[in-house]
Amino acid sequence: MLLQGRNITKNFPGALALDAVDFNLLPGEVHALLGENGAGKSTLVKCLTGAYRRDSGAIFLDNQPINPRSTLEAQDLGIGTVYQEVNLLPNLTVAENLFLGRQPRRLGLVSTRRMNAGAREILSGYGLKIDVSRELSSYSIAIQQIIAIARAVDLSGKVLILDEPTASLDATEVQMLFSIIRRLRDDGLGIIFISHFLDQVFEICDALTVLRNGRLVGTSKLADTSRLKLVNMMLGRSLEEEIHKEKDRTASVDPVQLQFKNFGRSGHIKAFDLDIRKREIVGVAGLLGSGRTETAEILFGAIGHDSGEALAEGKPLRLTSPRAAVAQGFAFCPEDRKRDGIVADLSVRENIILALQGQRGWLRALSKSEQTAIADGYIASLDIRTPDCEKPVGQLSGGNQQKVILARWLATNPRFLILDEPTRGIDVGAHAEIIRFIEALCDEGMSLLVISSELEELVDYSQRVIVLRDRAHVAELTGDAITTTNIIRAIASDGHEDKVSA
Amino acid sequence: MMNRLHPALRRILPQLITLVVVLGCNVLVFPDFFKIEMSNGRLYGSIIDILNRGAPVALLAIGMTLVIATKGIDLSVGAVMAICGAVAAAAVAGGSDVATAVVLALCAGIVCGLWNGFLVAVLNIQPIVATLILMVAGRGVAQLITEGVILTFTNEGLIFLGSGSLMALPMPFLIWLGFGVMTAIVVRKTALGLLIEAVGINLRASTLSGVRGNVLIVAVYAISGLCAATAGIIVAADIKGADANNAGLWLELDAILAVVIGGTSLLGGRFTLAGSLIGAMIIQSINTGILLSGFPPEFNLIIKAFIILVILIIQSPIVQSVLFAMRMPPDLSNDDAEPVEGGSARDRDASAQKEGMAP
Amino acid sequence: MISILEENMFLKLTLAGAALLASVALPATAVNAQTIGFSQIGSESGWRAAETTLTRQQAKDRGIDLKFADAQQKQENQIKALRSFIAQGVDAILLAPVVATGWDQVLEEAKEAEIPVILLDRTVDAPDSLYMTAVTSDLVHEGRVAGEWLAAEVAGKDCKIVELQGTTGSSPAIDRKNGFEQGIADHSNLSIIRSQTGDFTRTKGKEVMESFLKAENGGKDICALYAHNDDMAVGAIQAIKEAGLKPGSDILVVSIDAVPDIFLAMAAGEANATVELTPNMAGPAFDVLEAFAKDGTLPPKWIQTESRLYTAADDPMAVYELKKSLGY
Repeated sequence: MLLQGRNITKNFPGALALDAVDFNLLPGEVHALLGENGAGKSTLVKCLTGAYRRDSGAIFLDNQPINPRSTLEAQDLGIGTVYQEVNLLPNLTVAENLFLGRQPRRLGLVSTRRMNAGAREILSGYGLKIDVSRELSSYSIAIQQIIAIARAVDLSGKVLILDEPTASLDATEVQMLFSIIRRLRDDGLGIIFISHFLDQVFEICDALTVLRNGRLVGTSKLADTSRLKLVNMMLGRSLEEEIHKEKDRTASVDPVQLQFKNFGRSGHIKAFDLDIRKREIVGVAGLLGSGRTETAEILFGAIGHDSGEALAEGKPLRLTSPRAAVAQGFAFCPEDRKRDGIVADLSVRENIILALQGQRGWLRALSKSEQTAIADGYIASLDIRTPDCEKPVGQLSGGNQQKVILARWLATNPRFLILDEPTRGIDVGAHAEIIRFIEALCDEGMSLLVISSELEELVDYSQRVIVLRDRAHVAELTGDAITTTNIIRAIASDGHEDKVSA
Repeated sequence: MMNRLHPALRRILPQLITLVVVLGCNVLVFPDFFKIEMSNGRLYGSIIDILNRGAPVALLAIGMTLVIATKGIDLSVGAVMAICGAVAAAAVAGGSDVATAVVLALCAGIVCGLWNGFLVAVLNIQPIVATLILMVAGRGVAQLITEGVILTFTNEGLIFLGSGSLMALPMPFLIWLGFGVMTAIVVRKTALGLLIEAVGINLRASTLSGVRGNVLIVAVYAISGLCAATAGIIVAADIKGADANNAGLWLELDAILAVVIGGTSLLGGRFTLAGSLIGAMIIQSINTGILLSGFPPEFNLIIKAFIILVILIIQSPIVQSVLFAMRMPPDLSNDDAEPVEGGSARDRDASAQKEGMAP
Repeated sequence: MISILEENMFLKLTLAGAALLASVALPATAVNAQTIGFSQIGSESGWRAAETTLTRQQAKDRGIDLKFADAQQKQENQIKALRSFIAQGVDAILLAPVVATGWDQVLEEAKEAEIPVILLDRTVDAPDSLYMTAVTSDLVHEGRVAGEWLAAEVAGKDCKIVELQGTTGSSPAIDRKNGFEQGIADHSNLSIIRSQTGDFTRTKGKEVMESFLKAENGGKDICALYAHNDDMAVGAIQAIKEAGLKPGSDILVVSIDAVPDIFLAMAAGEANATVELTPNMAGPAFDVLEAFAKDGTLPPKWIQTESRLYTAADDPMAVYELKKSLGY
């Protein structure tokens, strides 16, 4: 065993981030660490590399107990890490980056000549023949990534942790990186590979460990794992668990309200067709990075589309900005509430009327009493827990913040509401309430698009489910076909034929 | 006691108290400080001087407040003052009437503001860097207009804006007061104030809510340019000449200081125009007090820095919370208690931390 | 930038003119005609512009071929200009140094090339063997002239003086203050009652004067104002007028520099006297060079320019027009 973590536990205030997780890495192995956002992958890595202090558990390197207190210490012990955003200094030369902190000296001065020679030698081992005296930033992200790996391997040499190394690389660059990973593996290094791209995991990895909600779901050899099993592990369900709920799945008979034809943006989401009826909830499922949020953002104009058109009752819609989308009766509750949703220092009242006021323009101000009336109305109808509408929204709990954002959009009386992970990170009570609101809004005639990784929830209220993979719409489930099993199958399917058909 | 005050007044209470204290100190160094008399049909006295001489910083502070509320900063206002003063002077020297000159100068200010706004909102350059460009280049532009000399003029109409008086009050005072009241009414009676605060706190969320964040950002820099232009006209009119080298020199820093003393955070968001105007008056009261005191000029900057340091320390959150705790009798301390657990727990934590740090 | 272009054009015309003069019109003087390089700081003030104009005029009058280089406030440009003058083998170099330090090396080079260097209006921190002489005004003397004028003007009556200082800590402010105090030292009837900085600007001059007037019984206790430069005096004159007093009679006004605008005030009876900081630094320098060329006379290491006193008796409007024509 090269690197071993036993019973690693880490508590954050109010959340158990890692709950007695075991992790084993063999020499000469590429080991995938998988899980949705918040599953505990990065917490585990940070505990292993000393970036976090673990609360309990033990770490062994070469069967010797180790206790790194910083990433630097872990590096000296032999564990190197390369992050998605290359953590090197872009304005230094390649050689300086490779030798930062340990430049070869001669008579007390840095010997640039020796350093450059050393750098060339190191990089030639990676098949890289570049001018090491040029600034790092003059090379592509892929080259920088390789230089970061070279530095990490050169410094530590036993374990290499790659945190989403391929996120910003194109296909050929990924292949270049993979050939280097294979070579390092053959040299006997243990490599931990964190990625959201299942295709890449199946291509490069030998073993995998899946975390979910801070717990270990399982570890297995890749050869013994099917795609289906893997997705099941990640989403925390098994086929046997499928509960057949008898639900009224009468498809919406209302007219099509919105049509998106060949709608897409290269680099963000592959063009798709989508019709949305009045009084319909369309669910969107897919793993993280599959293009879920991009789908929402392109529909709302937050990302401009570069192909296709949008129609409402046959007439073309202009969706060039969120403002234009709002003018068309669109509304969007984003996934990251803190960053994209709430305006933390403003009061609940001001947050609720923000979109309505934005729509009216600055000249037609809502009076204070109108604002209070609107806010108090939604505080009552959505049961927002706040002493009064003047409290800064940043001081409310997550569920109440979500309701405030929902109120903000309901105040604009939208015809199409997009909800990105509306129930993430909120407590159980508010969770159920929000689902009730979603269904009630649909009954009132609104069209909704709901993105969620809570598949059961999605199955529950959707009349149709769109499944995404690798930034493309790959399947559409309707009627009785909407089951968690089918969704997982669609996500997991190897999918080359699907891609063509989609 | 504090709870009975109107919330807007309660917000600027610390600034008002500071102003009163500074004025009180001025009486100590100059007993006739509050003496006001009529002379030549105008009021005459040190208080009037403060209202008059504080005009440039007060005007700059109005625009600066709005810019800072959007999480920006405008370092160029001093240079814009020089440009606009030069434009006005060049216009009347070239034979224009006063109205044309003023309009040209105000337009020049707005153009400067739009340029800053364009750099910040469209090109996404950090405000401090974007406005630094005009801060450095602006004086050169002004010197091109004045051709390197102090461009003097004798147009009575323009001079009136700087040293005339109306209803016995100096024009610069009436101009900044009018401008301040007008701006306050515009931002608070329309939704402009709210939208500016929203953009300053969270531009992304505001944009996703359909607010035209970038347009607002350009607008506040344009308003700042307009304020600087007005200040530039007053300063030029006051000395009957446009001094490209010295007009508005370093006043951008006084304006930022006025905004900070006035209680608007440099991090953007909530702003108070009244607070910034009082802040400007506090700074001018200090300046005038130093001049009246008769201390040797070598001490000017030290005295000013010391007083401002004291003000900022008293206004710092830590000292405020300690003072607040001392002022509040224990039986009243739960008046403001929050029924929501999350918020009050956080508050408790914060205050516990502060108490821990105080000794 | 427009002004720089104009200057370059002017320069070309002047040079062409000078060349024409030297080669065709006056072949007799071509024998002792000199080529002199002049490295000017820039054109940051009216005074500086006047200095440039006067230097050119003087050169033209004397048949000197003047090579002019505008350094735009940068020492590196001045050093480049000096090296280029040395390479061209000019007969002498005039240097108005932008800063005091960092000149030793290039001055050595000039010395090795046996080209005399004369410093104009500012000195440098270098051994005085490296330059021929420095032509500057005496700031202390200027203050003294102003003080002596005031002492003579009030002729024994008691006079309380307020003083507007230059930028605190700057050498003109320190020297002009000391000089003035020396000038009134023997007259116990004169006393400075208030002294505050006006930063050499009109705005601050006006603001500070307002506070002087408030502090001294509405100005009734003030007999005279001494300002370290004319701009502050111009601002203060406005403050005095706005306070309902008559500058020039209720309060005497004396200042230094002799910029055009103070002559307007003098013509209106609102200012009484100013001490000239002459922009003609080149005249004495050319005199020295001529003497040196003739019989090798070496000048003293410091040549003090005249600090002329102007009063209302000197036809201020005429002086104003003359000064304006120099490019102030």
